[in-house]
Amino acid sequence: MSKKIWVHAEVVDDKIANVAFELLSKAHELAAAMGDGTEVEATLVGSGLEKEAARLAEWGAKTIYLADDPDLRMYSPLTFVPILAEVAATHRPDIYLFGATAIGSALGPAVAARLKTGTAAHCVDLRINEDKKLVALVPSFGGKVIGEILCPAQNPQMASIKPGIFTKKDPVPVPLRIEKLDSSVWKKLDTQGLKPVNVVRRPPQGLPLNEAEVVVCGGFGIGSQENWQLLEKLAQYLGGATACTRPAVDEGWSGEHCMVGTSGQSIRPKVYIGFGISGATHHICGMNESGIVISVNRDEEAPIFEVSDVRIVADVNSILPLLLDAVKPKASW
Amino acid sequence: MSYNVAVCVKPVPDPKHYDKVTIDPVKKTITRTGIPTLVNPVDKSAIEAGLQLREHYGGSVIVVSMAPPNADEILREVLAMGADEAYLLSDRAFGGADTLATSYTLYHGLKKIEAAKGYSFDFILCGSESADGATAQVSSQLGEWLGYPHLWNVFELEGTPGKEGGGEKETFSMKTKMENGYMEWTAHIPLVLGVAREIRKPRFTSIMGIMKAKNKPLTVWGRADLDAAEDTYLGLKGSPTQPGEIFSPDLKRSGELFTGTPEAIVGRVVTVLRSNGVVIGG
Repeated sequence: MSKKIWVHAEVVDDKIANVAFELLSKAHELAAAMGDGTEVEATLVGSGLEKEAARLAEWGAKTIYLADDPDLRMYSPLTFVPILAEVAATHRPDIYLFGATAIGSALGPAVAARLKTGTAAHCVDLRINEDKKLVALVPSFGGKVIGEILCPAQNPQMASIKPGIFTKKDPVPVPLRIEKLDSSVWKKLDTQGLKPVNVVRRPPQGLPLNEAEVVVCGGFGIGSQENWQLLEKLAQYLGGATACTRPAVDEGWSGEHCMVGTSGQSIRPKVYIGFGISGATHHICGMNESGIVISVNRDEEAPIFEVSDVRIVADVNSILPLLLDAVKPKASW
Repeated sequence: MSYNVAVCVKPVPDPKHYDKVTIDPVKKTITRTGIPTLVNPVDKSAIEAGLQLREHYGGSVIVVSMAPPNADEILREVLAMGADEAYLLSDRAFGGADTLATSYTLYHGLKKIEAAKGYSFDFILCGSESADGATAQVSSQLGEWLGYPHLWNVFELEGTPGKEGGGEKETFSMKTKMENGYMEWTAHIPLVLGVAREIRKPRFTSIMGIMKAKNKPLTVWGRADLDAAEDTYLGLKGSPTQPGEIFSPDLKRSGELFTGTPEAIVGRVVTVLRSNGVVIGG
């Protein structure tokens, strides 16, 4: 029997989340390294997803294990965990990957616990070693240390990866093959103890952070809500998005939705401009893949300068308003 | 109705000092000399949530930690916040545990406490993730070992009383964080919750609290005390994941220092932006 790499395709607002395609792209790379005709497959749970499933085939998922039911429209550990644990126990994938999203971060380890197998969290890279085992690279201490995690004796070898870590490559279409899971698996479950009620989305204004080619990021050194407004304006003028660090959230200038780092998002814009950011390892871990890094901080010892292409030792107030003025769109008359 | 709450806590090296973490190039181990140990910051929010449940409904708040023996100091600190009792699960046999083995050990610790107390825990609260390892996996896996519903990244928890005399159970409404929003839930006990720091703001420890903590029970249990636990799932040997190489990523960039008047600097920045394809003044 050929080996299998599985990707769990998370559904957000009845659509497959982008991270699933990023993981499928990586899964193909891993499958090539495993050799022996290793196959890439996907699991999908939700409601009314047959059309969406076709997108997974476009991205090379040879078989799609689909649990489709109106009762499964919203995530609950009481349904999703047993469904995925059972289908994995039946088909025995060698590797099983999850997006380290809000749902995936809870679902993946719970499935692993049911299967009594190991899972590596928030991996920054994956590879196959000479024993054809998965090696997951996992950051700890806020990204200061990267450790290899292996799961040598159990299958599936599981891992979770944040959105934006892997790049979505070109599609590798295969014929659509859906294997529908039997509803008896979830119909018999007792779900009285916990019920999902509603999903409330508050999409941030402007460009999504992980799609922006220019990111203007502010830290504690921004100093005030007024300066934060300037930062937002700068991002707007440059056609980009704003991001922040934990201290800027704590000060109430910005929200966690645009926080970059180990407990926030991972970004890789073409241009990153940081204002008043000291460069805690937690933050650097989430932005070091940026194309060019420009940093403004009045402390020349700030660690952010170590990972910057352009270093500007200056007060935010002396640079930000001037830069804003310099990039202001010209009046059209 | 009163509730018995267990809060799982982890001592971690102070996250403010992670810049000082190094790797011993010979022994290939992590060196964290001089970094103080403290209660994992978000675990304090979990304790606060537990204390407020007790204040509102009555019941108990018991703190459980799997950690080296010197973690007793950290547990005294947690007791000073107001927890009733602490249990430290400490044994070489528990060492080197991954999240599956850790959650298994905590599960057996909780079961043993329940047996000793003659009640079952209604809430098992954990911080959503630890500052050092940050896997965020323990609460979900603990929920699976216990066979209880579990939620992660809970930032709101409110109770609605069941009907008086109708024997109806209290309903708890919760919110969990989602990308660009949140999810709403209703639930009944028992529950295992990985809580976000927004759930409750941890109280400051009072002098009175510190005084009282000295006389609160702190029980240390080793491998032999968790008699129902199987070796297959304990410690490094019971961990399906095994560590390989460790290294410090080299992220250094050979940056250029821009000096001169602010105007000159801004002029050069604009040039850099343009040469990287940013459309300016459009």
